[in-house]
Amino acid sequence: MSEIEVAQISCGSEYTGIQGEVESAAEQVGAKIIFPDIDLEEVEAAEAKFGLRVTSPDLKLMLARAISVVEGHTTADAVFIGTCFRCAEGALVRNEIRRYIHDKSGLPVISYSYTERTTADTLLTRMEALTTIAKRRSLLAREKQTGITAGIDSGSTTTKAVIMKDNEILGFGWVSSTDVLKSAEEAYSTALKESGIERDAVQATGVTGYGRFILGKAFNADLVQEEITVNSKGAVYLADRQKGAATVIDVGGMDNKAISVQDGIPGIFTMGGICAGASGRFLEMTAKRLGVDITELGKLALSGTASNISMNSYCIVFGIQSLVNSLSKGARHEDVAAAACYSVAEQVFEQQLQEVEVRAPVIMVGGTALIEGLPQAMRELLQAEVIVPPYAQLIGAVGSALLSSGFIEE
Amino acid sequence: MANIFIYPSNSLILYDLVERFDHAPLAVMQEIKKRVTTAGIDSPPLNITPEDPKIGLKYAAVEVPAGVRGRMSLLDPLIEAAEAAIFVEDAPIGFGCMGCQRTSELVGFLIRAKRIPILELTYPTSDDAAENFVYRISEFLNGLGDSKEAKNE
Repeated sequence: MSEIEVAQISCGSEYTGIQGEVESAAEQVGAKIIFPDIDLEEVEAAEAKFGLRVTSPDLKLMLARAISVVEGHTTADAVFIGTCFRCAEGALVRNEIRRYIHDKSGLPVISYSYTERTTADTLLTRMEALTTIAKRRSLLAREKQTGITAGIDSGSTTTKAVIMKDNEILGFGWVSSTDVLKSAEEAYSTALKESGIERDAVQATGVTGYGRFILGKAFNADLVQEEITVNSKGAVYLADRQKGAATVIDVGGMDNKAISVQDGIPGIFTMGGICAGASGRFLEMTAKRLGVDITELGKLALSGTASNISMNSYCIVFGIQSLVNSLSKGARHEDVAAAACYSVAEQVFEQQLQEVEVRAPVIMVGGTALIEGLPQAMRELLQAEVIVPPYAQLIGAVGSALLSSGFIEE
Repeated sequence: MANIFIYPSNSLILYDLVERFDHAPLAVMQEIKKRVTTAGIDSPPLNITPEDPKIGLKYAAVEVPAGVRGRMSLLDPLIEAAEAAIFVEDAPIGFGCMGCQRTSELVGFLIRAKRIPILELTYPTSDDAAENFVYRISEFLNGLGDSKEAKNE
């Protein structure tokens, strides 16, 4: 297949010094960045046409470029939208253009707010997901797993593996991530043993997660895929919501993903990886401080009231300090657990879900979805149906096994 | 001859006018040229690297967007060297622009704070206004004399 063309609609990337990083990330996933060509008259007319008045000329240029993509004057397979982090006017334009492109063109689109510290590595997963959605629609349309396949998800905190046969999960392994290869081998061996399947009988393998590139080589994987795509597929598959709209939320150990899905294919998505206070790590630390196992934190939270605890910060350090202060004043452990879950959910809601179209049902996946207080807090915040599918913690591995079965017939 | 800071900093018309009146225009093109012709820097298209927004911290704190600070690193040598300035407000994009309104606001403030001779004009929208625009620039530039006089004005 020919190179994927990603139209870049941005302000400030060249002055931030990270344009080369954007292009490098695209190149690594077989894509090419293009800039829609615009006449000066089109820039001057863009505000009135789009209906949004802005003061910065480069933002006017963004509006004109977005119009060019939507009206078909620029042909592109996907769109990357970027503005500077902490620019309020830029954030408004970025959001409205993302919505506009998504609604009017149907092209896969991703947006990002960058600083001078943004690197190609930071952008790689997002760019990989963007190009996958653009070029592998037939693979993503797969709704059933066939044959015998394996999926391995090398996450930042845990490594998961599943063995699937004829649309059923036969066995799985779930271990803490230490050495990428050793953890994967351990999880995979457990999954094989539990399923009673011989290693040689596995017809196709898919790998995902942070360690996917190493695992791809070591396991001779048919599919090496980022988490946005496989988690979306895994979520709608396990929740049995393959048709129609859904929103997938994965609060991970190191980053969070919020993905707006239509018929199992990701549309708009965000990845947050800046603040540990909005991650599973925060809940782990809370559990440790409360002296309970992480698997018990959720139940504890369900019988608590978050509003009884005063949380002054979302920060993993200062937030935990608030919880500790509450405990020293005699707060109930249940309330502290509930407050921790609410804090994570609220931060995801405020910082990530504003950037995607939240459409019910909301499917929560990943190991944190099993901490019952977290989906409960999300339910309260969103006032929407929140589903935690079976095997939610194995989402990446299941998505990989499902998608890799597409390679058996090839 | 005085060093004249022009804004919009990439305005070819302002650049040309300043040169015609025997002064040295300070324009962003000169800074970009230095970067793109410096061997060893590979950060296209402008060869601004992620280190540049850190240089911009001289003018704006870290909570200011990196794009503003990167632009400020480009403009820094020009602001430092400025002995007089011509500022044109509300100019159309074709006349020249730095792309970012926040940068324009900050640069305007910094130049005014330098207490150097400044001519502030609005972009002309009629033939009469355009003639007056050029006339005022010529009067300003002719009145500057050499750099010493400009500094003392």
